[in-house]
Amino acid sequence: MSEREIRTFSVNFGPQHPAAHGVLRLVLEMDGEVVERADPHIGLLHRGTEKLIEYRPYLQNIPYFDRLDYVSMMCQEHSYVLAVEKLLGITPPPRAQYIRVLFCEITRILNHLLNITTMALDIGAMTPLLWGFEQREKLMEFYEEVSGARMHANYFRFGGVNRDLPPGLEARIAEWCDQFEPFMDDLETLLTENRIFKQRTVDIGVVTAEQALAWGFSGPMLRASGIAWDLRKAQPYEVYEELDFDIPVGRHGDCYDRYLVRMQEMRESVRIIRQCLERMPEGPVRVPNHKVTPPSRHEMKRSMEALIHHFKLYTEGIHVPKGEVYVATENPKGEFGVYLVSDGTNRPYRCKIRSPGYVHLQALDMMCRGHQLADTVAIIGSLDIVFGEIDR
Amino acid sequence: MAEIFWGVIWPVIVLAAATVAIVVPLLLAVAYLTYAERKIIAAMQLRQGPMFVGPYGLLQPIADGLKLFFKETVVPTRANKGVFVLAPMITFILALIGWAVIPFGDGLVLADINVGVLYLFAVSSLGVYGIVMAGWASNSRYAFLGALRSSAQMVSYEISMGLIIINVLMTAGSLNLSEIVRAQAEHGWYALWHFPMFMIFLVSIIAETNRLPFDLPEDEASLVTGYNVEYSSMTFALFFLGEYANMILMSAIATILFLGGWLPPLEMAPFTWIPGPVWFFLKVAAVLFVYIWARATLPRYRYDQLMRLGWKVFLPLSLAWIVLTSAVLVFLDLAP
Repeated sequence: MSEREIRTFSVNFGPQHPAAHGVLRLVLEMDGEVVERADPHIGLLHRGTEKLIEYRPYLQNIPYFDRLDYVSMMCQEHSYVLAVEKLLGITPPPRAQYIRVLFCEITRILNHLLNITTMALDIGAMTPLLWGFEQREKLMEFYEEVSGARMHANYFRFGGVNRDLPPGLEARIAEWCDQFEPFMDDLETLLTENRIFKQRTVDIGVVTAEQALAWGFSGPMLRASGIAWDLRKAQPYEVYEELDFDIPVGRHGDCYDRYLVRMQEMRESVRIIRQCLERMPEGPVRVPNHKVTPPSRHEMKRSMEALIHHFKLYTEGIHVPKGEVYVATENPKGEFGVYLVSDGTNRPYRCKIRSPGYVHLQALDMMCRGHQLADTVAIIGSLDIVFGEIDR
Repeated sequence: MAEIFWGVIWPVIVLAAATVAIVVPLLLAVAYLTYAERKIIAAMQLRQGPMFVGPYGLLQPIADGLKLFFKETVVPTRANKGVFVLAPMITFILALIGWAVIPFGDGLVLADINVGVLYLFAVSSLGVYGIVMAGWASNSRYAFLGALRSSAQMVSYEISMGLIIINVLMTAGSLNLSEIVRAQAEHGWYALWHFPMFMIFLVSIIAETNRLPFDLPEDEASLVTGYNVEYSSMTFALFFLGEYANMILMSAIATILFLGGWLPPLEMAPFTWIPGPVWFFLKVAAVLFVYIWARATLPRYRYDQLMRLGWKVFLPLSLAWIVLTSAVLVFLDLAP
């Protein structure tokens, strides 16, 4: 046999591809079924969010954060709201803090349900997706009850939340928690010990702890590689310090560990939700400082002062003292950070968003090299990328 | 004139009528298999399935067929047009002609030939050509990868299927499908005697027809439905119909070889009242349910894992079973 040069060929994976999770355009250099090089292209969902934020008063920017990663909405509002609060030097009342943590954990479950079930769909298991979406639907109803919107909530405010929980919601969430745990067990019967699922995920896309740190991983991606780093524990914000929960950590850093970590995180989130419901104090949900939060409707009818506050708040907006601040929270996908520069006006001078998905996506080439085409799909699924936040 | 009529024309008419009598119900069965699949999977996934076209969505498959029929056939510019159009036809025709030798009941068979098993085997082996041609003619990389996977997969699984069938042939002592069923009336169903082989056969027919968990040629997630990605309207419908007709054909083969064809489960009063073809239909439906069940439950294998399963697990197992079967038949003097 004479020697022949083996030519690789490239496959355009996406941007319109069922496993591209949005608009990922991935150029794959393939040698038969084996991926030689994966070159992710971004920018197809770029909307210029960071620039738009510079032209809006602080309050009007909150909805932009819902629309970054459109499956972990309130968690992103949280980072932004915390950053502005840090500049303003205010702390929300305890009830508001509990409500925020409650909804951040609901959001975490929303996100992980979507990620795990779509990853299963990419691997070929259809049923988890449909089962998971029933639960997601129930959670989105809770979103709707507090904010009026199922997804893009715009619920968190500087110094608290928009309004108190509607009556009976706490009981309904508690009820939901009781039926969610059996659901999790059902879901696991379809995936966790399924031989085909394990063959498709174990030892696929392995990331060692050193690699994970070097590539700037965070969130479940980092924890699956064996590093117990969770901002909720490492630098607690809101009331996380008072709550009792564990950080699931993987050992091998493969797709299966990332799946397991996310599954366990959902169970931990239910624990946190239960504790929040138990401990939630009565009281106001906004700071009484009317330079930041609007006065009540009732007050406005009686007091000139309150009317002026209301008018100023909704025309001019909040003036935030000069300064720079970086606030990161533990989002479902990892460390979501907001770096805010204020020049003392009613609009941010600069808002830089650190999105975890962007960082994880750049490791795709490293993770896919030498794997097969079908593994690429599993790896993309386990990365948990959403293009809203990557392209911003 | 009368001689020519009774000698040539009349048999042709009878044959044509018999063919139509098989093909039309078969196409209806294909249509309602898609309906059954959607309903069953929907039930497993807490959904309703088709509900709006007709009562309980019963007319949905008809509506789908009409929709595909009236759509425009798009042929990609860079495709090899002749082969591109020929490929779905081959798939569809091959899925239909296999039915010529299937006995639906005692004597209810179009061509009662003595090499029925070989004929079926030959027909299903040719099936891969439709897919390879489609993948090659589309001139698309996804389709090409899908076709490559498909040819490797179908060839591998045919080998283990062939070996499994040898067991049945040895025990029944005939290549005629009706004879195999009659032999099971004597010996009992071969699913009992060759239980491990029956299981492997079930898995192999799923792989042979490219259904989940072995649907790599049309791997939705990585190949965007693989070999048929460039097909639309009627050309796509032919692939689709061919795939489902193949599913039914394979289920029918499994029924005949292992589940006693048209025989009732027990030769007793309430069971023998029901006519043979009904038993045949019920058994085929049961095997088809396994197909659908697997699709709703299992994730998809990876290409190399599928090959490993075929060559390293099924092949040695079925070879060993052949040795065992022939040893038992020879030493206990049971060979027919």
